[in-house]
Amino acid sequence: MTEMTQDLNRFDRIIDRYERSEESLLAILQDFQREFHYVPEEGIRRLSEVMGVPASKLYAMGTFYKALSLTPRGRHTIKVCTGTACHLKGATQILETLERELKVKRNGTTEDGEFTLECVNCVGACAMAPVTIVDEVYHGQTRPSKIMDMVKKQVGG
Amino acid sequence: MGAINSIEELEAYRRELAAAAKPDLPTVLVCFGTGCQANGSRLVAEAFTEAIKEQGLQVDVNIGIKTTGCHGYCENGPLVVLRPQDILYLKVKPEDVPEIVEESIKGGRVVERLVYRDKVTEELVPRYSEIPFYKHQLRIALRHIGTIDPTNIDDYILAGGYAGLAKALTMKPEDIISEVERSGLRGRGGAGFPTGTKWRSCARVDSDVRYVMCNGDEGDPGAFMDRSIMEGDPHAVIEGMIIGAYAVGSHQGYIYVRDEYPLAVRNLTLAIEAAREKGLLGENILGSGFSFDIKISRGGGAFVCGESSALMRSVEGNVGEPRAKYIRSVERGLYNRPTVLNNVETWANVPEIILKGAEWYASMGTEGSKGTKVFSLVGKVNNTGLVEVPMGISIRELVENIGGGILGGKKFKAVQTGGPSGGCIPERLADLPIDFDSLTKAGSMMGSGGIIVMDEDTCMVDVAKYFTGFLVEESCGKCTPCRDGLPRMLDLLTEITEGRGTEEHLAMLEELCDLLTWGALCGLGTSAANPVLSTIKYFREEYEAHIKDKKCPAGVCKALITYYIDPEACTGCRLCAKNCPQNCITGKRKEAHVIDTSKCIKCGVCKDVCTFDAVRIS
Repeated sequence: MTEMTQDLNRFDRIIDRYERSEESLLAILQDFQREFHYVPEEGIRRLSEVMGVPASKLYAMGTFYKALSLTPRGRHTIKVCTGTACHLKGATQILETLERELKVKRNGTTEDGEFTLECVNCVGACAMAPVTIVDEVYHGQTRPSKIMDMVKKQVGG
Repeated sequence: MGAINSIEELEAYRRELAAAAKPDLPTVLVCFGTGCQANGSRLVAEAFTEAIKEQGLQVDVNIGIKTTGCHGYCENGPLVVLRPQDILYLKVKPEDVPEIVEESIKGGRVVERLVYRDKVTEELVPRYSEIPFYKHQLRIALRHIGTIDPTNIDDYILAGGYAGLAKALTMKPEDIISEVERSGLRGRGGAGFPTGTKWRSCARVDSDVRYVMCNGDEGDPGAFMDRSIMEGDPHAVIEGMIIGAYAVGSHQGYIYVRDEYPLAVRNLTLAIEAAREKGLLGENILGSGFSFDIKISRGGGAFVCGESSALMRSVEGNVGEPRAKYIRSVERGLYNRPTVLNNVETWANVPEIILKGAEWYASMGTEGSKGTKVFSLVGKVNNTGLVEVPMGISIRELVENIGGGILGGKKFKAVQTGGPSGGCIPERLADLPIDFDSLTKAGSMMGSGGIIVMDEDTCMVDVAKYFTGFLVEESCGKCTPCRDGLPRMLDLLTEITEGRGTEEHLAMLEELCDLLTWGALCGLGTSAANPVLSTIKYFREEYEAHIKDKKCPAGVCKALITYYIDPEACTGCRLCAKNCPQNCITGKRKEAHVIDTSKCIKCGVCKDVCTFDAVRIS
């Protein structure tokens, strides 16, 4: 089986989990995002075909919703919470340290495809501010001087 | 057991559960909220299971372990509660578990080092309900949080769950609406619209299809009560929605949850499935002939989707842009049908109001704002977390009595309420009672209940810039004042924080604020000026310090500050020099160090690592 048809099957498996209704579009795109770490163009075309909605509509959703990305993301995602409580407790310094150490700008991916650095508006864990989430693992009370060691320790780099 | 087919069967089932329950049985409750899980509560729960299994061979103590939702005291997590003694242990590590099992569960003694210690009197407070953070609270919306297992519907039913629904199903829909109206309940999502009025308007519209929806798109940064409720007591939301649906005549509900809350999505999904199995959702609920079901819709990480019309567009599978609301969504909402949309906390209050009556609920709170409100007390305060208190409590009581005062003994400067739509209220107005109307009058708003405490180290211009930047990112771009006005405001604020501001900047800011307030299409835009307006109103001198003296009094705005090392305090430990990414700190061991300000990028690492507080900002 070629890679292309394998991917098609993966798209279909996700699409088949949902009702054939426009209500399901966002959830399907989010599942694409989760599985492929971005929303691939072929996925959009497949979804458009199956659901009978224009691909342009799906692109509009892809660019509107923050949870979706149309470009490939890194193997690991680091989300720095920049909610108000985190901002007051130094999230900017955490973010700048990560930008400097990983040599990547916010919302960008490192050249080796290892890390994507994102900002997120409040993850609702304000009591532990400032919060950084590495691949779904929450870290509270993070500090600029410790953040890189923490990331390395978790991803085993 | 399978489906429950009548109210009598529900009560019989509850009695059955109560008879089987052993209230004196030692129980360990481990918090599984997002915060405590981040601090490792899963490992703690595993350690308990392990230790109990081991000990179980020698001692015959039967212990149940429960994983609960968020207690709201996340800063001190992982939290463990022991029942029936009602002991709360803070910051429990897996290593502590054998000692807890040995001392407390088997020996009935308290492990003192894990107990809350009063910050002033130094007294130990082992009991959960006596800790100042909890003692002053009155929990209605949060009534089950931390005491039940949210993934177990029996726990909810045993705690009195679905009794409100059972009572509602014996009432006329019209009477339910009156009850909610008389209770004075106002929407907990922000604007504070009277819930009963909303229901009545929806029920009045002639239509064969109606929807009830729950807004769980908790977007205000700094507020997390909705997350806590959806994670920790999902059935309370579901029960409230069924009651609302019955009252307005709806058969389909939707819960819109933020994608950033994976645990809430999971627990709600499980709860909906469990409710269906028990016949509490679906066809012919409790044999009443009434049918209703709920779907979950995951948000896509867009702040504007918390706005009602944008939220509905998003659920329909579109880009979540708001529309002009000449016609309210109670008339034409989701799929152009009459729709009731209430916030998570509002729904969670409904079963209790029906069960205990409107008078009970209306006996709490203030003239215009009844009942209790959950606040998320965060920022520069000693005890951070979720707090539920009667409306009308003063800001000072909240910050000082429950919050335990300002972190590190610093000076209390302001609180920010209402998220990006709200404003900052200065310390001198801290005796203001918190309710919907007084906050609006002070130039802020209730919002979803985020109370962000600021101290002397917080720069108010930076705060205004922060919120404006947030809103620039989150503006959907549909209307011009919001799309183009906000970036101009951000430019002006940035210039002020970089020392390039003039008096004209302030005048222009105020003009743009006015334009947004009157010209924007939706609530995001019309309230977007509040953070700027309220900081100019109460902290004008701080703006002027940035503009005239080119100084940031709080020491935050990078362009206006320099880092230096106090030679008196520096011990020459070399820690800062070793960690400086610019290698611009020099000095011999055991001698005071110096920062080369020409190379310094003001990253703050030296200040962070210094254990002698020798790195200062001027």
